[in-house]
Amino acid sequence: MNRPSWTAIAVDRTRVELKEFFRSKEQMIFIFAFPLIFMALFGAIFGGEEVAQGVSFAQYFLAGMIATGIMNTGFQSLALGLATDRDQDILKRLHGTPLPTTAFFAGRLATALLVSIVQLAALIVLGVVAYDITIPTTADAWLTFTWVFLLGTGASVVLGIAVSSLLRNARAGSAILTPVTLFLQFISGVFIVYSQVPSFLQNVAAVFPLKWLAQGMRSVFLPPEFEVAEVSGSWQHGPTAIIMGVWFVVGTIWAVRSFRWQRPEDK
Amino acid sequence: MSTAIEVAGLRKVYGDKPAVDGLDLEIRTGEVFALLGPNGAGKSTTVEILEGFRQRNGGEVSVLGHDPAHPTREWRERLGIMLQSTSDQFLLTPREAITHMGRLYPNPRSADELLHAVGLDDKADAKPRTLSGGMRRRLDVALALVGRPELVFLDEPTTGFDPEARRQFWSLIESLRDDNITVVLTTHYLDEAEYLADRIAIINAGQVAALDTPGGLRARATDAVVTWRENGEERREVTATPTATLRELLATTEGEIEDLSVVKPSLEDVYFQIIGGAQ
Repeated sequence: MNRPSWTAIAVDRTRVELKEFFRSKEQMIFIFAFPLIFMALFGAIFGGEEVAQGVSFAQYFLAGMIATGIMNTGFQSLALGLATDRDQDILKRLHGTPLPTTAFFAGRLATALLVSIVQLAALIVLGVVAYDITIPTTADAWLTFTWVFLLGTGASVVLGIAVSSLLRNARAGSAILTPVTLFLQFISGVFIVYSQVPSFLQNVAAVFPLKWLAQGMRSVFLPPEFEVAEVSGSWQHGPTAIIMGVWFVVGTIWAVRSFRWQRPEDK
Repeated sequence: MSTAIEVAGLRKVYGDKPAVDGLDLEIRTGEVFALLGPNGAGKSTTVEILEGFRQRNGGEVSVLGHDPAHPTREWRERLGIMLQSTSDQFLLTPREAITHMGRLYPNPRSADELLHAVGLDDKADAKPRTLSGGMRRRLDVALALVGRPELVFLDEPTTGFDPEARRQFWSLIESLRDDNITVVLTTHYLDEAEYLADRIAIINAGQVAALDTPGGLRARATDAVVTWRENGEERREVTATPTATLRELLATTEGEIEDLSVVKPSLEDVYFQIIGGAQ
């Protein structure tokens, strides 16, 4: 008897998830084409306008699209994918095997991280080629990018898993999640410059991770002079880490407690 | 003989409607055990409780010596489950699906061996969308067997199969019996249960209405049907003593008796008798 290790199983689950992801056209289009198309579209419409001295809207928007991309992959796409898999008894089938729940979650998280890296690389390349965005060169900036990226993906994934258990089925999920994410995108400084969002909506946005994820990415991809143009006059790295961290912890507990392998009527 | 599954006084309630209502069952190690019953009789609920998918409201249940209400990894390693539903969202080839599933178990069967056993050799690397419904079901069987289970649940495995595919499937299940694997089979097909099962439980209204070997169940119907043609008219007699009926016929008829037949009751007749009688 040679029981496979937890790590071996988590790695193999990641492999399966990646295979399935890259074979699913709908997912590929949503995750890869959607942010690039939006980037190109907004770039074409507002690209020339300046958000602040020396910062074009396209530059500002790139940081927002990176944040949105992370949320699309980790939260929306994952939650819908889980809801579909639950609907189709795919999760139930897995529940009938020795697969440890945590290894299953780890596979989903690793998949979201890897897919996001590819997606962000594509966005950054587009930004550099088409919109004169300069890639940060300091180790500091990349360190910031790394923790913002990891915390943002982590929070998105655990919340995606948690929310998936609220969705009765995949079709309902799409109808519920799309408006929610769109709303967050509009008020969190993705499609609209955050300082131009009415302050009561800024306060709403500040509760959720997307605003902090976008701001964190701006601190990486916008010139340091832009910091004063932020609403608070600061990149707020401390609060960013704390708020996304709290969402990650709360989301993890919520995900573990609410997770269902089977359809709600099936228990 | 040891037992694989023991169920005593099992109860499951949906709302205030009992789906399983004091069900008792004992399934022996190495036997092929069939659960028959009309839709809504409680057989799927019972099986899902045994599989660790549903929680019961009462009764004692032991599956391979373990309470399925608290499934563990070690316990899952000893089970193989084929669900009633099959997914059409499959994105892996049969070989990939079996290989990845096998990596969850301590001592998996090889993909080649299983693909051969379920007759999917030439579809091993086929695009999932090109598999027919019957092929997907056979892949489901392979997936249920990949971990070398001691106990296999097959939930309506041959629904939608053509007769030839069903025959192939049957011989596959017979080979499991040779390996001393316990098989719990739910099915709507009486011929399937009769052909495969060592014992059959007929579930009705959340209880075991009858439990016997296929032959034993059939023997419960005492009456045989004798039919023949007399003066161009069809005659039919239902009798507990067909020999006596025949003797009488032979004594009163000259030469050949036209269209003579004596039919022993089928399992189906007994089934409907039990289902009907219990209602």
